[in-house]
Amino acid sequence: MKLTLKIWRQKNASDKGAFVTYPIDGISTDMSFLEMMDVLNEELAVKGEDPVHFDHDCREGICGMCSLYINGHPHGPKQTTTCQLHMRSFSDGDTITIEPWRAAAFPVVKDLVVDRGSFDRIIQAGGYVSVNTGGVPDANEIPIPKRIADEAFDSATCIGCGACVAACKNASAMLFTSAKISQLAMLPQGQVERMSRAEKMVAQMDAEGFGACTNTGACEAECPKGISLTNIARMNREYFSASVKSENV
Amino acid sequence: MSWVTKTLSSTIGRKLIMALTGLFLILFLTGHVSGNLLLFKGDGGEAFNIYAKFMTTNPAVKLLSYLTYISIIGHVIFSIWLSKRNKSARPIGYGVSTPPSTTVSSRNMGILGTIILIFIVVHMQSFWAQMHWGDLPVVTYDGEQYKDLFSIVTFAFQNELMVIGYVVAMVFLAFHLSHGFASAFQTLGLNHAKYSPAISVIGKIYCILVPILFASMPVYIYFTQS
Repeated sequence: MKLTLKIWRQKNASDKGAFVTYPIDGISTDMSFLEMMDVLNEELAVKGEDPVHFDHDCREGICGMCSLYINGHPHGPKQTTTCQLHMRSFSDGDTITIEPWRAAAFPVVKDLVVDRGSFDRIIQAGGYVSVNTGGVPDANEIPIPKRIADEAFDSATCIGCGACVAACKNASAMLFTSAKISQLAMLPQGQVERMSRAEKMVAQMDAEGFGACTNTGACEAECPKGISLTNIARMNREYFSASVKSENV
Repeated sequence: MSWVTKTLSSTIGRKLIMALTGLFLILFLTGHVSGNLLLFKGDGGEAFNIYAKFMTTNPAVKLLSYLTYISIIGHVIFSIWLSKRNKSARPIGYGVSTPPSTTVSSRNMGILGTIILIFIVVHMQSFWAQMHWGDLPVVTYDGEQYKDLFSIVTFAFQNELMVIGYVVAMVFLAFHLSHGFASAFQTLGLNHAKYSPAISVIGKIYCILVPILFASMPVYIYFTQS
């Protein structure tokens, strides 16, 4: 495959940045998108140029580290992570535009790498449960109905990649935050911090400068893990109920 | 900040105000369209004029009308507040943005709302202000005097531009409602396997039926009263 890559290059956070065009040849349709980027970087390294910086880690679609806004879609044209996107999804001769996630709360570090520390701070604000130390508790000690377990697991499949924020016209983090709140709110283990979790995580989400939801559904459509909008409705319920009932005046 | 202001100024709280005011305005539209169906009665405007007097003098209706004004103003102020935040959440846009798999209405609620607001100002100036402070002709039914709002309405809709303007405004209202109706329930957290499909269907019917009924009024008057 012969392709033209239009890639966002930006030296550092304060640099203005611009698109740079790179022609690339000899790409196999079996390569993953990130392997194609590796080929480009090898060529750049041989030429003595600065390779394109991008985030990646497991390359198995489970860690949520890879990002990239490809041809107007987070993680490209398929509903999957960039590492699981293959070059067969493109045609020979295509021009592919690659950009970083765009959000005030995701500042660009370099090239295509953005700082998603805001997500970590949302989790730190309340995305945890308290458990006793000591011996391992029996797995079946607390009965959880299968339907609830499945639903909580669906929410828990969020890998925190930030595609929802990247896709949202308001750069809202409500799909992410709601998935994390939902996952714990549905399980017995999450009840202790249930109210404070909703209040603190929403407050942190707002403090990070994410936008608000307009219920367009772009996040759900682009999420590589298919996290549903029902999570956002649940987060709103959790937040309203916590605001009314909690002792935090 | 007290917990109330803290909750209502959060992003979710602001959306709550949008949803509640929006739903109240949907209730208002239902009442407004039902009452105005009297324009089709063909009795020279008697029923409509009696209804108009009731709507401007009844104390319970007065209370509802104040709630409506507050809802319109609240809906506008909170939408501006939210939009400003949403704009600042992405200071640098994308080079390529393909149309996402979302509806045109959902992506353009602000633009649709602005057009509807302009329409509301013109509409209130044309009829509401006339009814309240205008020098209207007076008609007498059964010995009681009524302001003849019907004659003002029929006169206004002799003008083709008015009729076209009203019909176009109702198209924008239909698009605004097509997203707003179900979206308000989602924001309130009312997303349920049993009820959401019904809410969605009712929303679809409502966003088509109500604007069509509204739009048919100037069209009917234009063709029957000239």
